[in-house]
Amino acid sequence: MTATKTRSGGGAASAPTQLTMAGALNAALRDAMAEDDRVVVYGEDVGPLGGVFRVTDGLQHQFGDERIWDSPLAESGIVGTAIGMAIYGMRPVVEMQFDAFSYPAFEQIVSHVAKMRNRTKGRVSLPLVVRIPCAGDIGGVEHHSDSSESYWASTPGLTVVMPSNPADAYSMLREAIASDDPVIFMEPKSRYWAKAPLALPVTTAPMHRALVVREGSDVTLIGYGPTVRTALEAADAAVDEGLSIEVVDLRSLSPFDDETVSASVRKTSRAAVIHEAAQFGGFGAEVAARVTERNFFHLAAPVLRITGFDIPYPSPKLEEYHLPTADRVLAALASWEWDLS
Amino acid sequence: MSLNVEHDAARRALPSEKPLRLLDNAGHAVTGAATGGFSLPGTETLLDLYRKMVVARRFDVQVTALTKQGRLATYPSAYGQEACEIGAVSAITADDWLFPTYRESVALLTRGIDPGDILKSFRGDWHSGYDQRAHRTSPQTTPLATQALHAVGLAHAARLRHDPIVALTFMGDGATSEGDAHEAFNFAAVWQTPTVFIVQNNQFAISVPLARQTHAATLADKAVGYGMPGFHVDGNDVAAMYAVTHAAVDRARSGGGPTLIEGLTYRVEAHTNSDDPTRYRHARDVEHWKRRDPIERLEKYLVSEGALTEATRSEITDAAEALAAHTREVITTEAELDPLELFDHVYANPRAALLEQRARLEAELAEAAAEPR
Repeated sequence: MTATKTRSGGGAASAPTQLTMAGALNAALRDAMAEDDRVVVYGEDVGPLGGVFRVTDGLQHQFGDERIWDSPLAESGIVGTAIGMAIYGMRPVVEMQFDAFSYPAFEQIVSHVAKMRNRTKGRVSLPLVVRIPCAGDIGGVEHHSDSSESYWASTPGLTVVMPSNPADAYSMLREAIASDDPVIFMEPKSRYWAKAPLALPVTTAPMHRALVVREGSDVTLIGYGPTVRTALEAADAAVDEGLSIEVVDLRSLSPFDDETVSASVRKTSRAAVIHEAAQFGGFGAEVAARVTERNFFHLAAPVLRITGFDIPYPSPKLEEYHLPTADRVLAALASWEWDLS
Repeated sequence: MSLNVEHDAARRALPSEKPLRLLDNAGHAVTGAATGGFSLPGTETLLDLYRKMVVARRFDVQVTALTKQGRLATYPSAYGQEACEIGAVSAITADDWLFPTYRESVALLTRGIDPGDILKSFRGDWHSGYDQRAHRTSPQTTPLATQALHAVGLAHAARLRHDPIVALTFMGDGATSEGDAHEAFNFAAVWQTPTVFIVQNNQFAISVPLARQTHAATLADKAVGYGMPGFHVDGNDVAAMYAVTHAAVDRARSGGGPTLIEGLTYRVEAHTNSDDPTRYRHARDVEHWKRRDPIERLEKYLVSEGALTEATRSEITDAAEALAAHTREVITTEAELDPLELFDHVYANPRAALLEQRARLEAELAEAAAEPR
């Protein structure tokens, strides 16, 4: 699993306790705010309520409403004002309540957040973080389970990351807040309540690096966010079938860690990418293309994509049919012609 | 007038449908209700505004001519809108921030930005050509009303830091239909940010007239719904634009919150050089508005007051001609553009993929340079 070490200079680490991803994110915001008074947090319901997922729980009580506050309910306004605050030297961390609620902010993110530094020849960087609870598998009604990552990842100027576990959630959010580049920080909702023993503060690998989270020799499964768990489940189940699966957690979609991914694929010679988003034009297409371009003569089979269907996200009682599962992953792997002799 | 005293009344009252005015079209000082209680700025201030407008007009005419000669990719002229832009932007200090649109080149000139730097974007050299931090002026923004939110955010940050900084932003009449205009007005009012919104109502969004943008009696009416003061001002009266903006800036700086100021003016030129206004408006309307020229109006007043001597007039004309000559010179001197710079400013943290692509382009350029012509 992820190698972790105590963040240097951050004081003594606490004894390991069971922490959810939501709790780890909360701790990251708390520590960043305590360390740097330029860090401000705002969005919808992030104040007294502590956010609909409780990621900002208790922060307003601790830091007051000039550091963290409830904004009017308008996502373009939230991101647009964050741009102005960042120009002035603040480090705003703003929350889009759900993936699909980030779409009103699309213009501000794509036309300004992504382009300001380039347009101003580096004079005006925007050190801001847009937190987006993303993806499904939480029984959410319509517009609460989208996967918007490919919109952001295909936009030059943005850094797009998605942790899959509490340790990365803490470490990557701290790094995102400290970054001079704007970061789209995607938080897989279905993993908010996943627990891990954690001693804070914790520093995992730099957020632009992908990590091999399980070693194997026959196949590389590439996932990010919620589908890292799917890949690990598939790897567990495959043991019985005599298949050794390596799992790569991308962690960062943009930039893309070609080095780690290609090294794994050259070792296993087979690769499949898993995501919840629809397949057509999805991020898996970029992964497959990059893997193929760089490793074609090392590949024993075409790169597979195991993804959600090309349909609008289903209603809660039907989402289980849409989401890629370990069984679906194994079935897809079985479609390859295997020569295990 | 102190807007603080009038705050409660001002934020509830609909602005007058008759534009607030301090100088009428004949150059006479206005008295009574039409002034909204504002006083005519002093002669020194008016003379300074006159000088800025004359120089700006010469600049604008020069740039339009250079555009027609093919020296610029495009230029959105501000001919006839000098009072609105210069009156407003003259009311903020060098420490304040300006968030302009593509229409505000003459406001940038007034802010002390060199013509060559203003025009780099319209010439096609780079998307914004001046030092945004040195001039505390954001890039000229194209997506409508989006920059108003940046002004609100910056003003809010300054307020949180207890810095006496005001953010002034321009938008056009068409932009008030955008959602971001609404969000900016609302965020500014809820957060009570030191922001001044200047709506330059030049009556056209490219070809679409104001009647197709709003059913409100004035664009300043919108302020009332957000709980901030709104002023419907004669945008061709630089004295009124300056006085009202100055009061709004003072009020914002002292913690009184945002103000919306609509300057009623007219876009005398086409939207840009690629537009054909004969398809959607009558020449007689343009002539009508040309007779309300903001510079002539102030000039009449200054002459009647004996404040504009021939010597001063000639000195201003010389300054305007010198600026036009400088503009011609910087525009006709081709800039050295480095294609490799395309990769250099996208991210603060360098990326392997971009470095690879940069190296590829560099190799292409070297190969092209080595080829015999």
